[in-house]
Amino acid sequence: MTAFQDSTVAAPAEPPARPVPAEPAPARWTRLRGPAVFTAVAVLMLVVAPLALEPFRLGLLAKYLCYAIVALGIGLTWGQGGMLTLGQGVFFGLGGYAMGMYLKLHDAGGDLPDFMVWSGVDHLPALWRPFGNPVFALAMVVVLPVAVALLLGVLVFRQRVRGAYFAILTQALAAALVILLVGQQGLTGGTNGLTNFFDFFGNDVAADGTQRGLYVLVAAVLGVLYLGARQLVRSRFGRLLLAIRDGEDRVRFLGYDPAAVKTVTFAISAGMAGIAGALFVPVVGIISPALLGVVPSLELVVGVAVGGRYALAGAVLGAVVMGYAKTYFSEELPEAWLYLQGALFILVMTLAPKGLTGLAVTLWRSVTRRRAAA
Amino acid sequence: MEGVLNQLPIGLSIGAVLLLIALGLTFTFGQMGVINMAHGEFIMAGAYTAYLLQSVGFLIALPAAFGVAGVMGLVLERLLIRHFYGRPLDTLLLTWGVSLVLQQAARDLFGAPNVQVVSPTWLRGGVGILPYNRLFIMALAVLSVVAIWAYLHRTGQGRRMRAVMQNRRLAATSGINTGRVDQVTFFIGSGLAGIAGVALTLIGPVGPTLGTYYIVDAFLVVVAGGLGQLKGAVLAALGLGLLNSYAEFWSDASLAKVIVFVAIIGFLQLRPQGLFVLRSRALS
Amino acid sequence: MAISEVTVKDAELLAIDEINAAGGVLGKKIEPVIEDGASDWPTFAEKATKLIAQDRVATVFGGWTSASRKAMLPVFEKRKALLWYPVQYEGLESSPYIFYTGATTNQQIVPGLDYLKEKGKKKLFLVGSDYVFPRTANKIIKAYAAANGMQILGEEYTPLGHTEYSTLVNKVIEAKPDAVFNTLNGDSNVAFFKQLKSAGVTADQMPVMSVSVAEEEVKGIGVDNIAGQLVAWNYYQTTDTPENQKFVAAFKAKYGADKVTSDPMEAGYNAVYLWAEAVKKAGSTDVEAVKKAAAGVTLARPEGQVTIDGDNQHVYKTARIGVVQPDGQIKEVWNSGKPIKPDPYLKTYSWAGGLV
Repeated sequence: MTAFQDSTVAAPAEPPARPVPAEPAPARWTRLRGPAVFTAVAVLMLVVAPLALEPFRLGLLAKYLCYAIVALGIGLTWGQGGMLTLGQGVFFGLGGYAMGMYLKLHDAGGDLPDFMVWSGVDHLPALWRPFGNPVFALAMVVVLPVAVALLLGVLVFRQRVRGAYFAILTQALAAALVILLVGQQGLTGGTNGLTNFFDFFGNDVAADGTQRGLYVLVAAVLGVLYLGARQLVRSRFGRLLLAIRDGEDRVRFLGYDPAAVKTVTFAISAGMAGIAGALFVPVVGIISPALLGVVPSLELVVGVAVGGRYALAGAVLGAVVMGYAKTYFSEELPEAWLYLQGALFILVMTLAPKGLTGLAVTLWRSVTRRRAAA
Repeated sequence: MEGVLNQLPIGLSIGAVLLLIALGLTFTFGQMGVINMAHGEFIMAGAYTAYLLQSVGFLIALPAAFGVAGVMGLVLERLLIRHFYGRPLDTLLLTWGVSLVLQQAARDLFGAPNVQVVSPTWLRGGVGILPYNRLFIMALAVLSVVAIWAYLHRTGQGRRMRAVMQNRRLAATSGINTGRVDQVTFFIGSGLAGIAGVALTLIGPVGPTLGTYYIVDAFLVVVAGGLGQLKGAVLAALGLGLLNSYAEFWSDASLAKVIVFVAIIGFLQLRPQGLFVLRSRALS
Repeated sequence: MAISEVTVKDAELLAIDEINAAGGVLGKKIEPVIEDGASDWPTFAEKATKLIAQDRVATVFGGWTSASRKAMLPVFEKRKALLWYPVQYEGLESSPYIFYTGATTNQQIVPGLDYLKEKGKKKLFLVGSDYVFPRTANKIIKAYAAANGMQILGEEYTPLGHTEYSTLVNKVIEAKPDAVFNTLNGDSNVAFFKQLKSAGVTADQMPVMSVSVAEEEVKGIGVDNIAGQLVAWNYYQTTDTPENQKFVAAFKAKYGADKVTSDPMEAGYNAVYLWAEAVKKAGSTDVEAVKKAAAGVTLARPEGQVTIDGDNQHVYKTARIGVVQPDGQIKEVWNSGKPIKPDPYLKTYSWAGGLV
């Protein structure tokens, strides 16, 4: 049981640091590189993209960015913390439904939401009533997923359930939530989910202007959360998380409580997924069980793996690349899509376990090293 | 009242199905730590083998499906999985990719619609609430368990397999070719999926997505039973089968599934490693 | 595209080929743009948006499950584009931007119940997949039963993709109904019929009336598991009209002699013809003009005469009850005699008063 459990996620050790020749210019560049790249990407996303893309494509990009927010959370739990969560769809869904319920009630304007009418519900269920209040609904977008994650985390991590067990449990959780949502049609809209929204805080949700605004909102939220996550990773807490990933027992012997750190991280990523779900609803116009089951949750994780799980930027990049690839190939080569998707995972997992960012770093190093040697 | 009593054999027969689909996983997961998401597609391969051989004979399909799925597993192990030892979570994503490819391959080979597998005439009819085909599946499950037990405890190869499962490094130091043992384990584990596939043609659809209907349930059995534990898998499968049967009888099918999931999460609170654990003094 | 959607697409492409071969519409050829909804509702909405906003198509034919239609509905309504939806569904909807060429409830479920009542089947057991269509259908069935002195002995739902039916079969056997009304979806039908058959329940003792099992699905279920059972549709491959002989022959010529035709395929095939006819009448593909022109368009189709009802954009259709034959085909045993006016909200049925 010993050799092949756990040591699992240990990131392949970085090559021993070579003494870098003390050149002042590259040093300053290294220090500035991160912020410079971030600013460039931010300008590209916030200014160039809304101007350059037609509304339909911009809407798709907004959708990918919603997934990227979930991916950021997965990057934290899995990449940094070594907890492979296959149930992020659960939190995405909780956030999405909280938002969807508010929008539905708002559109209904005191009447019953449309799906309740055809599901034979004659009065608004008590569960729905508070969601008519926007402040409550927006709070629930974060509170619900965080609460569920805290509860699950306390139960699971205290018992030292980890690795594959944790992955399979979260997967089962996603499967169970889907069945529950589908079964309560009068309460949740069943398989249809919640759709046909009209008004988003005073704006026509389908209008191009609203959609452009939503895109900017999603991109900005992603940027802020990314900076927050990066700060977290660099903090003491982040170091501890990394240490737990690489040697949980050692951390425990040092007197820390790994379960608490893991639970908090899991809850943070759940909150991110909840926010992503809430943004997804007005952007795409639907939240349904199909979006939060086992397969979409897995697809997100795979996106993170493709982008590179050990870097937060890799997780974000992976989600966008996978989203784009899915749209592109399903438009251009629908028959080959499953083959391509499957082949992509197989290749990335086999040849570049650190993903695209890992690959890029390796290439960059070999180039600079060669240059340094020359 | 008769209905309540009938649920007992029904629960056992559901348990037998769960056992068949999970048995192979117990070993590939337990010994090698490989989370094989393509296990469902090996089940599918077994079902299609029965489809192709239905004119030849149903019983012939059993060893044939064992061989087909086993070889597929062996190829997967040799080509990909052996590069992944020590990274179980990565095997999950890798094999999910494999499962997507296999599903699409089945779609291209056999078409997207379900295919028709005619049950052999000698399996028509039944005793009480249990049709012969259910009894056949139960017999098949028992037979598989006995065969695996005998293999593990009565053959040299089985002893080596247990050794690797209990302590891989020590086994390797004792001169056991662990790579070799892994190959055999993967062949047998995947082959068992093939047998499950043949059995499932008696009661369910045979199509490209067949594997996806069973894979989560199979993993839950393994998790509840404990890794690499034959008796754990048997007890977990039967327990979950009975729970499913009665939960559905007293509520409905959707709620029964949710109840089963919640029960497993609750159960892991009590026994985080499943019903049975390989004792070891190692830390993790 | 999953199983059955593909065959509907094939039938629609056949109709486009035929219309183009006959000179097209308004002197222009119809050019199909195909997008795959991947059996995933949000993807349906995304692809519909793409077809409208980027490809600027004249109209869209498609959709499969009710959920896929519900997901696309806001896209079509907000962008004022047209969707032709080819599948029987649960009614209670009448979007101004959707034409419904499959049956609504009073053209399929209600005739199915009429038939059971006529045969003296007074005690029913309802089995369905857990989603919108079965739940709504069963609501209607219960209202009908209450008004017609029929008894509902049980109502059971299983998750989509469910394959373990022994408990449900046990419940059905214990309840001893005269007949089962089956609204299961897709692969679940295979498991249900296999397990019902092996439990020794025969169509003679306890017939199952299905509304989502057509020629296509019979094959996957296994003919010997379902032969003798009842189905309710508006069209079968065996439907005896000259248009159908032509349709079946053309379909087999294009896609292979082993292919079967089914109700949703025929409804998709019709949709293209109905649209083309409306465009000819309107003299333009403009959505509002086509909508206006479509009202009252009547064509002789494989299922018999169909007419677009201007009130709700559904289609007058003849209801047909069939029995699955040992060769996998479906033989009609009853029909409504004339096309039934679509009534998605069941307003003309007094017993359905409390439903909406």
